[in-house]
Amino acid sequence: MSLNAAVRAFGRFWWEFLFGDTPELAVGVGLALGAGWALAALHLALVAALLPLAVLLLLVASVWRGRAPG
Amino acid sequence: MTATLLIAVAVFGACAVEMVEALTIVLAAGLTRGWRSALEGAGLAALLLAVVVATLGPTLIHVVPIAALRVVVGSLLLILGLQWLRKAILRASGHTPRHDEDAIYRREYARLSGIPRSGSGRDATGFVISFKGVFLEGLEVVMIVLTLGLSSGRLDVAVLAAAAAVLVVGTAGALLARQLSEVPENALKLGVGLMLVTFGTFWAGEGVGVSWPGTDLALLGLLAAYGAASWILVAALERGAAPGELAA
Repeated sequence: MSLNAAVRAFGRFWWEFLFGDTPELAVGVGLALGAGWALAALHLALVAALLPLAVLLLLVASVWRGRAPG
Repeated sequence: MTATLLIAVAVFGACAVEMVEALTIVLAAGLTRGWRSALEGAGLAALLLAVVVATLGPTLIHVVPIAALRVVVGSLLLILGLQWLRKAILRASGHTPRHDEDAIYRREYARLSGIPRSGSGRDATGFVISFKGVFLEGLEVVMIVLTLGLSSGRLDVAVLAAAAAVLVVGTAGALLARQLSEVPENALKLGVGLMLVTFGTFWAGEGVGVSWPGTDLALLGLLAAYGAASWILVAALERGAAPGELAA
C-alpha cells in the first residue's frame, strides 16, 4: 500500500466515521457546542440545561429522518 | 466513583458489541479456511490495536491540554454515541432490520467456502478476512477506550474493561460457537449509545466552559434524561412501523 493510498484510506475512515450517512449529527454537534461555548462565555447558567436539550433535539431530528416511510 | 463505574460499563458494553461482530467473521473464517490462519489474523489485529492504545494514550495525555482534549473527545463521543443510539432506536422500533449475526455468519461461510485454498500451509484468505474483521471492528473500541479513558484520567479502567469484554465474549463465543444471535446486540448498543452520549455531553460541555450542577452526579441526570427520551422515541416510532417489521 503506497503512502498516498494510506493517507486516502485514513481520510476516508474519518469522513465515514464523522459524517457517513448521518451528516446532520456531526454538523449539529458542532453547532450545539459552538452555541454552548458562546453561552458559557456569557456566564449563562442555563447552558447546562440547553446543551442536553440541543443534543436531544438532534437525536429526535436524526431518528425522524431515518424512519421508514409511511 | 460514579463516573469510573459508568466508564467501565460503557467500555465493556461497547467492546462486547464489536467483539460479537468480529467473532462472527473469525468463526466463519476459522471453520471454512482453518483455525490457524483465522486465529493468527485475529491475534495480529488485536496486537496492533493494543499498540495503538499503548502509544496514542500516554502521548495524548501529556501533549494535549485537558480542556481541548475534552472538547475533541466529547465531540467524538457525542457523534459516535448519537449514531449508535439512532441506529438502536430505529432497530428497536422496527424501522430498520435488526443486525442478524446468524445471517452474516451464513453469508460469510458460503462466500469463504467458495474460494479455493492456496496450499496446504497457512491460508491467506482466512488470515486477511479474520485480520480485517477484528481490526475494523476494533477501531471503534480503540476510539471509545481512548476517549473515555483519557477524558476521565482513567485509561487503566477503560483498558481493563475492554480486556474483560474480549475475554468474556471470546470465551462465550468459543463455547457457544454459532449461537451469537442469542446476544442481545441491539439492547447493548442502545445502552452503550446512551452512555457515550451522556459522557460526550458532559465532557464536551466542561470543555466549552459549562459548569454542571452536582458535578459528577450530573452524569446520572443526563443518562436518565437521554434514556427516557429514547424510550419515548421507540414507543412513538413503534406505532408508525409496519406490523411485519415489528415482528422481525
